[in-house]
Amino acid sequence: MAGYVVRRVLGMVLLLFLLTLTVFFLFNMMPADPARLTCGKACSPAVIEANRHHLELDIPPIEQYQRFVSGIFFGRTFSKDTPRPIECEAPCLGYSFLRNTEVLTLIARAAPVTFWLAIGGFLTWMVVGLTLGIVSALKRGRWIDRTIMGIALIGYSLPSFFIGLVLIFFVILDWNLLPFPQWTTPDKDLGRFVQTMLLPWITIATLYAAFYMRLTRNQVLEIFGEDYIRTARAKGLPERIVVVKHALRAGLTPIVTAAGLDLAGLLGGAIITENIFSLPGLGSLAIGSVLASDLPLITGITLLTAALIIFANLIVDLLYAVIDPRVRVG
Amino acid sequence: MVGRSLRQIVWARLRRDKLAMFCLVVLVIYYMIGIFGPVIGPSLGLDPYAFDRAAISDRGGGPIGDFGGISAKHPLGVEWGTGRDILSQLLWGLRISLVVATSATLLTVTVGVIVGIIAGYARGWADMVIGRIMDLVLAFPFLLIILALSNVMTDRITDLGVPPGNPSRIAYLIIVISSFGWPYLARIVRGQVISLREREFVAAAIAMGSSRRRILFTEILPNLWAPLLVYTTLLLPAYVGTEAALSFLGVGVIPPDTTFGAMLANSVSYFRVVPTYLFIPGTILAILVVSFNLLGDALRDALDPRATH
Repeated sequence: MAGYVVRRVLGMVLLLFLLTLTVFFLFNMMPADPARLTCGKACSPAVIEANRHHLELDIPPIEQYQRFVSGIFFGRTFSKDTPRPIECEAPCLGYSFLRNTEVLTLIARAAPVTFWLAIGGFLTWMVVGLTLGIVSALKRGRWIDRTIMGIALIGYSLPSFFIGLVLIFFVILDWNLLPFPQWTTPDKDLGRFVQTMLLPWITIATLYAAFYMRLTRNQVLEIFGEDYIRTARAKGLPERIVVVKHALRAGLTPIVTAAGLDLAGLLGGAIITENIFSLPGLGSLAIGSVLASDLPLITGITLLTAALIIFANLIVDLLYAVIDPRVRVG
Repeated sequence: MVGRSLRQIVWARLRRDKLAMFCLVVLVIYYMIGIFGPVIGPSLGLDPYAFDRAAISDRGGGPIGDFGGISAKHPLGVEWGTGRDILSQLLWGLRISLVVATSATLLTVTVGVIVGIIAGYARGWADMVIGRIMDLVLAFPFLLIILALSNVMTDRITDLGVPPGNPSRIAYLIIVISSFGWPYLARIVRGQVISLREREFVAAAIAMGSSRRRILFTEILPNLWAPLLVYTTLLLPAYVGTEAALSFLGVGVIPPDTTFGAMLANSVSYFRVVPTYLFIPGTILAILVVSFNLLGDALRDALDPRATH
C-alpha cells in the first residue's frame, strides 16, 4: 500500500508541474498586452513600457514562468523599484493589475458562492440519483422503472442552460414563486440564501442526477447478478448482510469515484449555472476575466481548478485502493 | 437455422425496437433539413438575413402579433429588433450545429481510436506517457480554456488559410471540442485493445510476421466497431449540447449567422414578453438530443451479447 501511495503522489506532483507549464504557456501566447491594460486610453508608450517592466513582462517567458512558480512557494514582490511595491505573500498566484488585487484574494472572495452552489447541488443529485436509481433497479421492467429512466433520459439530454432558463421563466417570472436571485451568505439572510440557491441547485442537480440514476441502476443490477451474491444468499445470510456487506462495498466504488470527480469539477466553477442566475462565483469571475483579458486572473483560476481535479483524482484513487485491494497491485 | 453476422443480428433487433426506429427517422429528417434546408429554403421565400421592418413595431422593435409575431409569412415569428424570420434562422442554424457536432465527433473518434490502439498495444513507457497526457487534458476546465483562447485561436486558424469570420470560428469549435473529448474515447479503446491483444488471432498474425500497422488496424480495429458505434451515437448529442452551451456563452458563430445556443442567449432579454423565443429553439434542440440519446441506448442494448431475444 505504501509503495502505491508514493507512486501516486509522485505522479500527481509531476502532473501538477506539467499543468503549471501548459497553462502558463498556453495563456502566454495570447496577444492581449497586459501592460496596455494597466492604464486608460490616454497612455503614452513610455508609461506602457514602464508598466511592462513593473509587470515583469520584459523578461523572457521561461524566466517569467520561474518567477511565477517560485511565487507560489515563496511569494513575490511586484513593482519592486516603484515607491509602492506590491507584496504578494506565498502562495502567490499572481496579481491582477486590472483590478489592483491579488488573484488569490479575488478567488477567495468568489469561492464561497461556488462552494455553496456545488455542495447543495451535489447533495440534491446524490439523494435523488441514488434513491431513484435503486428504486428503478428493484422494480426493473415495471412502469415505475420505465418512468424513472425516461426522466433520466430527458434530464441528461436537455442542456443545463435551457433547464435553468425554463425554471426562471416559470418559477420566477410566470408563477412568481420566488424572487429574482440575489446572492447573500447563509449566515446573513438564510431565507434569501435558500430562495436564491434553490433554482441553481435544481439546475445543476438535474443533469448529474440523471447520470447517477442510470449509474446506480446499472450497478445494482450488475451486482445482484453476480455469483458471490447468490452464494451469500445460498449460504443463508440474512438479506440485510448480503446487501450491506457484500453488494454495497463492491457496488458503491464506481459511484464514489464518479461523485468525487464531479464534485471537484463543480467546485472549480459552474460557469453556465452561475452565468444564468448571476451568481458572483468562480465561474462568473472566470468569464469576467476572459472578457477583460485579465491574464493573471485567468491563469490563476485555470490552474486552481485543474489542480483541484488532479487532487480529487488522487484522493479517489487512494480511496479506491482502500476499498478494492486489487487496485494496489496493478 | 442460418448463421447470421453480428451486423444482421443488431439490425434485426434494432428494427423491432419501434422507439429506436422512430428516433432514427427523426434524426434522418433533422439531417435532411440541415443539408437541404438552406438549399431549398430561398425558393420558399425563407431568408435568415432579410430584415422585415413591417413585422416589428416602430417603438421598441418588438414583434407585431402574438407568439413572437407568428404569421403566414413568418410561421415561427420574427426576431426582436430586426424582424428576421425565426424559422429560417433555425434551419440555417441547425446546419451549423450539425456540422460542428458531426465533424467534432468524427475527429474525436479518429484521434481517440489511433491513440487508444497505440496506448493499448504498446504497453511500457508509450502507454504511460499517453496516460499522463490524457490525465492532464481531462484535468483542464475545458469550458474556461475554450472561452479564453477563442479569439487568439480563431485568428491563428484564419492565418492557416481558412476563410475569416464564421468559417474560422466553426473550425475553432470543431478543433477545441475534439481536443478535450478524445481522451474519454482513447481510454475505452485502450481497455478493449488490452484484452484483444492477448487473443489467438493476434498471436497468429504476429507469428505470420504481419507488420505492426497491419496488426493494429487490420486485425484489431474491426473488433472495436461495436463499442465505437455506441460511443459515437452518444457523443453526437453530447457535442450538440456542447456547441449550444458554447454559443450560449458567446463563443462560436456571430451574427448574422446564429445557432440554437446563440438564439437562446438572445431570448434571455425578451422571453418574459415573448416566451416562444425560449421554447421554440429549446424544444427543437431537445428533440434532436433526446433522439440521439434514445438511439444510442437502443444500439447498446442491441449490441449487448448477453441479451437473448
